[in-house]
Amino acid sequence: MSVRRLIAAAIIPLALLATACGGGEPAAAPTSSEDPEKFEDASLVIYSGRNENLVGPLIDKLKTATGLDVQVRYGDSAELAAQILEEGERTRADLFFSQDAGALGALSKAGVLAPLPQPLLDRVPEKYRSADGTWIGVSGRARVIVYDPRTVQDPPKSVFDLTDPKYKDKVGWAPTNASFQSFVTALRLVSGEDKARKWLEDMKANGTQTFSNNGNILNAVDEGKVSAGLINHYYWYEKVAEKGEAGVPSKLSFPAEGDPGALVNVAGVSVLKASKHGAAAQKAAEFMLGTEAQKYFADETKEYPLVEGVATAPGLPALDSIKGPDLDLSKLDSLEQTLTLLKEVGLV
Amino acid sequence: MLLVPAVFAALVSLLPIVYLVVRAAEGGLGVVAETLWRARTLELAVRSLGLAAVVTLLCVVIGVSLAWLVVRTDLPGRRVFGVLAALPLAVPSYVAAYTWVAALPDLSGFWGSVMVLTLVSYPYVYLPAAAALARLDPAMEEVALSLGRGRMSVVLRQLRPSVAAGGLLVAMYVLAEFGAVAIMRFDVFTTQIYTSYRAGFDRTPAAVLGLLLVVVTSAIVVAEARSRGRASYATRGAPARRRRVVALRPAARVAGLAWSTSVAVAAVGFPFAAICYWLLDGASAELRPAELFSAFGATLSMSAAGALVSTALAVPVGVIAARHRGRTASFLEQSTYVGHALPGIVIALSLVFFGVRYAYPLYQRWPMLVLAYAVLFLPAAVGAVRASVLQAPPVVEEVARSLGRGPLAVMREVTLPLALPGVLAGGALVFLTAMKELPATLLLRPTGMETLATRLWTETGSGAYGAAAPYAALLMLVAAVPGFVLGHRSTREDA
Repeated sequence: MSVRRLIAAAIIPLALLATACGGGEPAAAPTSSEDPEKFEDASLVIYSGRNENLVGPLIDKLKTATGLDVQVRYGDSAELAAQILEEGERTRADLFFSQDAGALGALSKAGVLAPLPQPLLDRVPEKYRSADGTWIGVSGRARVIVYDPRTVQDPPKSVFDLTDPKYKDKVGWAPTNASFQSFVTALRLVSGEDKARKWLEDMKANGTQTFSNNGNILNAVDEGKVSAGLINHYYWYEKVAEKGEAGVPSKLSFPAEGDPGALVNVAGVSVLKASKHGAAAQKAAEFMLGTEAQKYFADETKEYPLVEGVATAPGLPALDSIKGPDLDLSKLDSLEQTLTLLKEVGLV
Repeated sequence: MLLVPAVFAALVSLLPIVYLVVRAAEGGLGVVAETLWRARTLELAVRSLGLAAVVTLLCVVIGVSLAWLVVRTDLPGRRVFGVLAALPLAVPSYVAAYTWVAALPDLSGFWGSVMVLTLVSYPYVYLPAAAALARLDPAMEEVALSLGRGRMSVVLRQLRPSVAAGGLLVAMYVLAEFGAVAIMRFDVFTTQIYTSYRAGFDRTPAAVLGLLLVVVTSAIVVAEARSRGRASYATRGAPARRRRVVALRPAARVAGLAWSTSVAVAAVGFPFAAICYWLLDGASAELRPAELFSAFGATLSMSAAGALVSTALAVPVGVIAARHRGRTASFLEQSTYVGHALPGIVIALSLVFFGVRYAYPLYQRWPMLVLAYAVLFLPAAVGAVRASVLQAPPVVEEVARSLGRGPLAVMREVTLPLALPGVLAGGALVFLTAMKELPATLLLRPTGMETLATRLWTETGSGAYGAAAPYAALLMLVAAVPGFVLGHRSTREDA
């Protein structure tokens, strides 16, 4: 490269950037001399905190079913929420598809979500949507205790059973996992800070083994390395679907009514207030709660469909038989206090 | 004339600070004070500084010793070792951390983080140290000897600016690092910043902590600049004679071989072998060539554009930093270090903030991502430009001036051609670093664009490690090309 070209290469992007960045004070309200509509895509933009490998096929179904031109931006649920907050009025997101209720609750609190129509909200039970109607759960994931029937005769029915000396060094958990942390948040909110701390300390004192994720806990139980573990239900059903019942010696125990260990968290959607494609976004949300999508969650990801009339995958107990703690899922956004607690106990 | 683009580069680099001030101020003094006063903040700051200090020290030891063995001794196979010494640049820190943890599950915490970060970042010291050793004038050493001083007194003194600049990059890189320490489950300052975003959905504490990180880093940058002092490092007059090579004694030769080999095995051999194993193990996973190819294309084009813009911004700043003394020159140079001092997510969110407000047509378009790469990796490019301009003797420029050339003509016809190899090497460094970038890429890429790094993130995120292997392997192979070029350059006689 000649020096002349190098300098030219320096000047062109500089000029481009100089015109692009404009100037002015950041605190000022968004202004632009150009018409933003001109650059606006005609397509519906979904910010998805759920992994492309899990929901990519569903998005294809959405395109086919609705005829909408859909673009998806995949990311981490919480980081996408931060991005939406930073974008404010000018967000390019029309629909936010979050992996958990906490990120939806945070956006709802910030007032950037549009209310969903009542008939749509009414499709799912009240506990799986926000009280102000700004987000709705589309699939449920239950916390369960996986145990090894070869060594455990009497399946544990509560997370509090696991501090028993008979489980010394024999339980697995994943303190860095987001689902586990949501469960601890529920435990804090339902049983109180002191009881939550005591449970964590007792579990730790009882030699509970730390794993990096749910899948490893499940494998350890199947291999007989530990007798029980705390996971999400669908890991077990996916493994059974892959290896057959005979290849998975472990069994699941759904904790008893009111136990914080019986938390059912949701993945959910919300329409952005600033969306210029409100109608299309709503159509997409409706699709997520339609039979086809609900069946997809039941059969492909082994989650709980939340709309009545759609069958859960074979072998799963009915969703309404899981009587989880009485809890507003929006409150799961107090994850920071949970992390502080986990740090104080020395788990993360 | 150079001042205008240099000021522009500095301003762009300082954008994230403006953003952080806006967000921190939003919460009011109460939140600011409360965040700063938390005992945990201090504890994490101390941990981060400790980690940065130990990693930097080890990188200096490894980088300088390898550079000396490769450039100044008759170590057998030193050219191969020279190339191998630069190749860890091709290994993303999160991949290195992941492969080490997978092999040794007990490895974690402070020493796990120290090991992984040292192994991936010592080339930042090795490369400038090798270049400095290669251009040392043997006459200076002879003068030192004749004055009754040891040879090393000159060598070490001449090495100081290069090693300090490399060490600075390492220290800042470690302070801003998140991926590898998260895998090692070692909480540092950046963990707190990420936690604020991810768990608290709260931007004010994150901004306060980000600013604190900037303050700490600025103190380190200023200290390094002071230590650089006013000494001159250019060679004068005729080019240096062929450098003297030290003949190693047998014992030293064995020790040198053992040392170079163990570093190469741990830093290059292990991660590449782990990826091969990973590839074979996951061979059953379906390979999607179209996706692999488009991710490959996106990675190449975005990183190349990032390297180009970064180098273009770095040239004026680097030349001014090399040729001028004073507050303005050092302010301009030090401003560009901000990008390196902050975690990727902070840079990304600040560009979201400004992009949405002042460059909406470019927002979530490729130029924004390219700009992010330029801001993030500008210091490496500035360092390369400054070092190579410093090496060009000013007397040649003075001669050109005396022959009637204007300042710009001198720059174009004398300074830049002399500095060009170094400038291009800086560009190559930015190119391969940008390829591995993840947090800013996730937030700023055009919707629908996937790079090798984001694909790797998607596949590992759904537990599909077999499917992730081809992306990791391709990423490391592609990044190894500029890594190879840089390493090869470090072993050349006239480097």
